[in-house]
Amino acid sequence: MSGRMTQTEWVQRVVKPAIFLVCLIPLALLAWDVLNNHLGANPIEKVIRRTGDWTLRFLLITLAITPARRLFDWNWLMRLRRMLGLFVFFYACLHFIIYIGIDQSFDVNEIIKDVIKHKYVTVGFASFLLLIPLAATSTNAMMKRLGGKRWQQLHKSVYAIAIGGVIHYLWLVKADLKEPLIYAAILAVLLGYRLWVKQRQALPTDAARSSIHPSTIRHAK
Amino acid sequence: MLIKKPSDIRPSEITDQQIYLTRREFIRNVAGATAVAALIPALLTPHNVYAGTKLPGVRKGPFGTSEELTPYGDVTSYNNFYEFGTEKEQPALMAKNFRTKPWTVTVEGEVNKPAVYQLEDFIKPHTLEERIYRLRCVEAWSMVIPWVGIPLADIIKRFEPTSKAKYVEFTTLHDPAQMPGQRRAILKWPYVEGLRIDEAMHPLTMLAVGLYGETLPNQNGAPLRLVVPWKYGFKNIKSIVKIRFVEKPPVTAWMTAGPAEYGFYANVNPEVDHPRWSQARERRIGEFFKRKTLMFNGYAEQVAHLYAHMDLNRYF
Repeated sequence: MSGRMTQTEWVQRVVKPAIFLVCLIPLALLAWDVLNNHLGANPIEKVIRRTGDWTLRFLLITLAITPARRLFDWNWLMRLRRMLGLFVFFYACLHFIIYIGIDQSFDVNEIIKDVIKHKYVTVGFASFLLLIPLAATSTNAMMKRLGGKRWQQLHKSVYAIAIGGVIHYLWLVKADLKEPLIYAAILAVLLGYRLWVKQRQALPTDAARSSIHPSTIRHAK
Repeated sequence: MLIKKPSDIRPSEITDQQIYLTRREFIRNVAGATAVAALIPALLTPHNVYAGTKLPGVRKGPFGTSEELTPYGDVTSYNNFYEFGTEKEQPALMAKNFRTKPWTVTVEGEVNKPAVYQLEDFIKPHTLEERIYRLRCVEAWSMVIPWVGIPLADIIKRFEPTSKAKYVEFTTLHDPAQMPGQRRAILKWPYVEGLRIDEAMHPLTMLAVGLYGETLPNQNGAPLRLVVPWKYGFKNIKSIVKIRFVEKPPVTAWMTAGPAEYGFYANVNPEVDHPRWSQARERRIGEFFKRKTLMFNGYAEQVAHLYAHMDLNRYF
């Protein structure tokens, strides 16, 4: 055996499966706590909150991939992004199903009323709906069918979803905004980084090479 | 010549005469101290931390319910008491060392007999009653709790409110050194609540000093809290140090925090939603699915007349 794996092989065969298992730890802990009655007096509220927390956390981690890759020059990180994104969808589904099934007892009328009347639910619901096309187009085949540019355009909606997710949390808290504001701050950094990169790319020297609209250049000055 | 052999008992070994004379008591004391020392770890285990002192001479009060009681463990581990943290489990942990002795209650404002009471003197003239009430939190969960306390009306009569006493304002202790939650401006401290005088005098309204037959655990608002079962839980102000009789409606802590979301009345009402969430249903702690919330938390028969001709959408 030659013994040496290429970096790609190493990421595909070791790092990715390991991260996959790590991403399941929150679910395993939650299941453990449910089975052992560790969730206190209101376990359902706890389960809804924890799955919501982890949806937001995985969303922020997914959005951190691109900046981390650029800052540290770790191109291999890109190989993890789709899987992390799908974990966002996975935890969001759990969160959503418990809300629909246990919190609202599958009562369609109540759910519609709740979504229309209460804006934190509206935003959360909309963010979840927007996640569905992203998950559905995450396969290589779908990527090819859409074509790189259109696919990328579609997946830009993840920024709106992230903002919606944080607002969903901010609007449901009664008085203590500390935690949702931490998520908001991290999201602001991650989105701010992207804006900053965009601005830099729009500087005249770079602009000469790419075909950026002149108005953007003036703006960036 | 007789030479006395020196005693081989050293002076330090000679038992003090006082101890010798009371030797039986001494043995008893040592044995007692050892037993207490052996018990200390047991007293410090979490199970016993919350246990209060058994309250003597409690009689059964009116307005009971046959609904299943929320277990003691849930009542004392799932609390909203922001003075000790905003997470439900925090008050039980953070209030462990809260000092409730000595405790004074100041009665002031529009009364003939303003006074500063030691808690014992405040309670002493009354017989304690057990009342099993539903508690409905504004966050759409509920419990059934056997409170021990005194009808507030009985206490108020002692102070002789004047004709100007239209409202009663209650204030929680302000002591950031003991109440870590007060070091952050989550709410305007100290916590303030209020009732209209007829609400305060209503036979359902009580001041509680205990639950499940024991003194109130710290996380439940020791040593003295308000219980108004037809209003949302946050009206039930905890760890009260001041009761003030006033002419104008008091501005409560939650009205200051969110005037559009929390009104003065805060009556449980399934038809008037919180601006951000539904109040139509609630999760009874221990149950899986939510149940329907009842008008005035099921006390409509007793209290609906207090709000006749009032637009409850406006006076929420």
